[in-house]
Amino acid sequence: MPLMEKPLTQNIRPGEKPPDIKAYERAGGYEGLRKALTMEPKTVQDWVTQANVTGRGGAGFPAGNKWASVPMGPDAPRPKYVVVNADEMEPGTMKDRVLLEGDPHQVIEGSLVCAYAIQADVVTIFLRNEYKLSAQRLSRAIAEAYAAGYAGPNVLGSPWTVELRLHVSAGRYMCGEKSGILNALEGRRALPRARPPRTAVCGLWGKPTVVNNVETLANVHHIVRHGPEWFRSLSHTDEGGTKLYGVSGPVQRPGVWEMPMGSTVREILDGCAGGMLPGRAFRALLPGGASTPLLAAEHLDTRMDFASMHKIGSQLGTGTMIVVDDQTCPVSLLLGLETFFARESCGWCTPCREGLPWVARTLEAIEAGQGHPDDMDVLDSHVNLLSGHNTFCELAPGAMMPLRSALKLFRADFERHISEHRCPWRTR
Amino acid sequence: MCWPMWTGEPMPMLTVQERHEIHAELAAAPTKRSVASDVLKIVQRHHGWVCDEAVKDVAELLDMTPAELDGVATFYNGIYRRPVGRHVILICDSISCWIMGYHPIRERLQSRLGIGLGETTADGRFTLLPTACLGMCEQAPAMMIDETMHGNLTPEKVDEILEQYE
Repeated sequence: MPLMEKPLTQNIRPGEKPPDIKAYERAGGYEGLRKALTMEPKTVQDWVTQANVTGRGGAGFPAGNKWASVPMGPDAPRPKYVVVNADEMEPGTMKDRVLLEGDPHQVIEGSLVCAYAIQADVVTIFLRNEYKLSAQRLSRAIAEAYAAGYAGPNVLGSPWTVELRLHVSAGRYMCGEKSGILNALEGRRALPRARPPRTAVCGLWGKPTVVNNVETLANVHHIVRHGPEWFRSLSHTDEGGTKLYGVSGPVQRPGVWEMPMGSTVREILDGCAGGMLPGRAFRALLPGGASTPLLAAEHLDTRMDFASMHKIGSQLGTGTMIVVDDQTCPVSLLLGLETFFARESCGWCTPCREGLPWVARTLEAIEAGQGHPDDMDVLDSHVNLLSGHNTFCELAPGAMMPLRSALKLFRADFERHISEHRCPWRTR
Repeated sequence: MCWPMWTGEPMPMLTVQERHEIHAELAAAPTKRSVASDVLKIVQRHHGWVCDEAVKDVAELLDMTPAELDGVATFYNGIYRRPVGRHVILICDSISCWIMGYHPIRERLQSRLGIGLGETTADGRFTLLPTACLGMCEQAPAMMIDETMHGNLTPEKVDEILEQYE
């Protein structure tokens, strides 16, 4: 058996308290940070680039490339920031909660390694409002990390000083958007910002800022400790490491598991989650949250990594799949999804603010048996208008991912609602 | 003075204790406005919600205009700009819960409490609000009451849970 097959969850025992700093250290904790401090920051960046850690928040952008665009050296603008995106609000996603509740020191260590690599002065963990247990456990772990000298002035006797903060949000999906999160931290409405400039160059208060997802950062101290080669060997594909996969919906054992990156849909759905509940037949699934296109049964042997999912016209997203069975009305499914997006639109740009409620109302009418044949054109045209670069951020294009795929996959079901003036699922 | 809808009692604005907590928050802040949501949460912890007077008082402390601060307050769904009940129920209506039985749970809550989404019971005991994904997808359908998550809900279980809240 290779050294640590499941680095992210090795210390996590469901139903038990997370390891305190002593227990975390006994399991090799903070060795990655100790080692990083003996390396050049640029070398840490290079190792993370070589390990090819793709962004686990859903975008899949290589973390090393992001870090490498931060200005370095004595002339770099200061202070520099690391923002840990713990605003887990993508519908169907519960993987970061497992890491935050189960092993908060791991998230802190990874964030500190990132901060060292870009020579940041401040690390802020941006946590969603509803994760009360995570807040409690992170606060305690932060206090322990300060007391042990892993954060604060002259970390472990080195010349580097870093401040570690926890910000608990006041709610709203837009806060998880990579520039909305910066406006939220500045005490503004969490509207997206125009890009360029990239946040790595001009982020929080106009200073260089790296925004990374919790799971992404939880990997990096393991890379420093065991090397990029080891990290890549954990994966089935080019994208290094393991991945926290999740399954929710009508399956035998819904949950979250750490598996090699690039495990297939079937391995996760059948192997981990035990397949469908008795009496429920599989129809489709959203591979990684509400903003990913639906997959049908023909794609069950596809690998769950960013490149493989992209190749079949879908997206890995957060890697936490939502399963749709034959007893779920596809129109109702889309109504649920689009109602969410319409409500969470920040209202900043017109296509999203006006278009999403129109989509939701159209779906509501179809679901209620009051649809018109022209409504299919309304939906098709919105899919085109709200995708691509017609909106300010990725919220509306994300909302169109499941709709575009549903209009192909379930077109007959939509048309039946319209022609029969009723929902065929309601009479069951 | 603010007047919560159901008690009819005037609410004194920013107490000594609140001002103390707000100043502690400001002392560690990179900029005053950066703690806007934290300060609004302090007010909410003491009063249950944030009234117009509080927005004016807090705005002054943060060097913001009341309109700017209200823009922030109304953006975040965790800040209540209207009175809420003693307990706030956040029912998750996102996709995993939607598939696994959000509708029967909502119907049971509405019929037991006699209120719709966004409303408060006449006795001021509960406010019912829809919320985005609670991250409890493996235990769908789920809801949160005050600071506690409740998962794997059934309509019967909802009845038992409501009993626990005075």
